[in-house]
Amino acid sequence: MNWRAIQAIYLFEMARTWRTLLQSIVSPVVSTSLYFVVFGAAIGSRITEVEGVSYGTFIVPGLVMLSVLTQSIANASFGIYFPKFVGTIYEILSAPVSYFEIVVGYVGAAATKSIILGLIILATAGLFVPLHIHHPWWMLTFLVLTAVTFSLFGFIIGIWADGFEKLQMIPMLVVTPLTFLGGSFYSVNMLPSGWRTITLLNPVVYLISGFRWSFYEIADVSVALSLGMTLGFLAACMAMVWWIFRTGYRLKN
Amino acid sequence: MSSVISVSNLSKVYGSGFKALNNINLDIKRGEIFALLGPNGAGKTTLIGTICGIVNPTSGSVTVGGHDIISDFRAARAMIGLVPQELHTDSFETVWNTVSFSRGLFGKPKNPAHIEKVLKDLSLWDKKDSQIITLSGGMKRRVMIAKALSHEPQILFLDEPTAGVDVELRKGMWEVVRTLQQAGVTIILTTHYIEEAEEMADRIGVITKGEIILVEDKAGLMQQLGKKRLTLQLQHKVDAIPPALAPYNLHLADGGREITYDYDTKGERTGITSLLSDLRNAGIRISDLDTEQSSLEDIFVSLVRKS
Ligand SMILES: Nc1ncnc2c1ncn2[C@@H]1O[C@H](COP(=O)(O)OP(=O)(O)OP(=O)(O)O)[C@@H](O)[C@H]1O
Ligand SMILES: [Mg+2]
Repeated sequence: MNWRAIQAIYLFEMARTWRTLLQSIVSPVVSTSLYFVVFGAAIGSRITEVEGVSYGTFIVPGLVMLSVLTQSIANASFGIYFPKFVGTIYEILSAPVSYFEIVVGYVGAAATKSIILGLIILATAGLFVPLHIHHPWWMLTFLVLTAVTFSLFGFIIGIWADGFEKLQMIPMLVVTPLTFLGGSFYSVNMLPSGWRTITLLNPVVYLISGFRWSFYEIADVSVALSLGMTLGFLAACMAMVWWIFRTGYRLKN
Repeated sequence: MSSVISVSNLSKVYGSGFKALNNINLDIKRGEIFALLGPNGAGKTTLIGTICGIVNPTSGSVTVGGHDIISDFRAARAMIGLVPQELHTDSFETVWNTVSFSRGLFGKPKNPAHIEKVLKDLSLWDKKDSQIITLSGGMKRRVMIAKALSHEPQILFLDEPTAGVDVELRKGMWEVVRTLQQAGVTIILTTHYIEEAEEMADRIGVITKGEIILVEDKAGLMQQLGKKRLTLQLQHKVDAIPPALAPYNLHLADGGREITYDYDTKGERTGITSLLSDLRNAGIRISDLDTEQSSLEDIFVSLVRKS
């Protein structure tokens, strides 16, 4: 194991984060506050309670997940796309590092950043509504698993993308709709049964449901299923990354 | 001398179907400076990229220090420092950080003293805290050399290291390369400046259209393929070369006051003796003469043209 290489890549990526620290923290804090003002105040005044918790409280786990998902993908895809774009990838490819180490470095840094972000959003939410976390360890487990899984997913997108449009396309066209329709702002049980069935095809539902369960012990689907789906998606992403490196897809011609 | 890099039957076909390397066989000796020459698109960068792990080979094999570049890539790559042809830098990093990063990437423990030495050798010390984006092109190229040297490689690839570097710094770079060679580093460089190969290299390889057409000691190459030019100064101006001398393919110069004769040093006979007597028979008298060795550039151009 070339630990020093992992450390070098990880710290290099984190340094990029610190350079843009203000925008990486300020913007999610501002947007979270806006969600609370808009959804919490406007809608929350009509929907007073969802499954026993106030609406403002109910949406917190979904909001955190929303940011963690999008930020993980954005960080990781950009992190690997950029060296490809400017050509500095030559050094990584010519270094005595295994693909596994490259992934640990890039994905680790992207996941770290989005976990920190998720916690900051959680703290911001705590300023607006009272929070109670029933299962803090499960909460962290879901947070970390999701951050890692979607950072891997972002890594794949970053390698696949050969232009900035493609880099934006998947997050815009696929991930954002899925997260909004994934039960961030409502309980799946509130939907008519036809829609419910369709919604259950959305993988994000399972992530948010499990995450919300760790807070309030209320869930749309069973916790085991949530965990299973998360791990399944993680495994799928790992298999994909393994294939990419094995074939040199879009990295070595 | 033992070989430190051994390339056998290496071919590369790009995804587009283009065959950039065609059955390359090449051995690089430990401690030598090897210059790879060839016209644009010959496959120099592709060959270097394959050895360094950036390009997947289509067939054939390469060992570096006895380690296969695929099955034992860690050991192979740890020996190599690569300075690519294009300027690829992290614009917003400082020189110091980017060079230190390279060292870590290659698995070496921190060593600020070594990095300091490298930066000083490359006249970059006063720029160590500058962001790379604020440097000139020549400085960026030296940053890339510093990155390659940061992890103390035993083999250094320089893909057109002096493109865009001014004359004085180019001399400085040659100095660095020589010092490295004295320290036992093997150096493979590509260049379009023939005088650079002539000045630096121990051996020269010529590649065109993905094939190595020649590998030779520099001195041997110059001798083997060297053409010489004999210039004869005449006592009296002549208007034309007498027809009797036509087979020598002579040229008039300096308004008829000089005759030049090109001959092959590797030929059995140079033809000089008979030329001189034929000249005398034709009544042409000589006041002085001079010979001149053709440069590597001439050799190179004629080789590439032939293939
Ligand atoms: N990624 C690629 N895909 C397809 N063809 C490529 C690729 N990279 C290089 N080639 C082709 O392979 C051939 C060799 O290119 P290479 O860069 O190795 O040449 P070179 O000898 O380094 O030339 P130069 O002196 O211009 O740097 C060229 O014809 C080039 O067009
Ligand atoms: Mg080239």
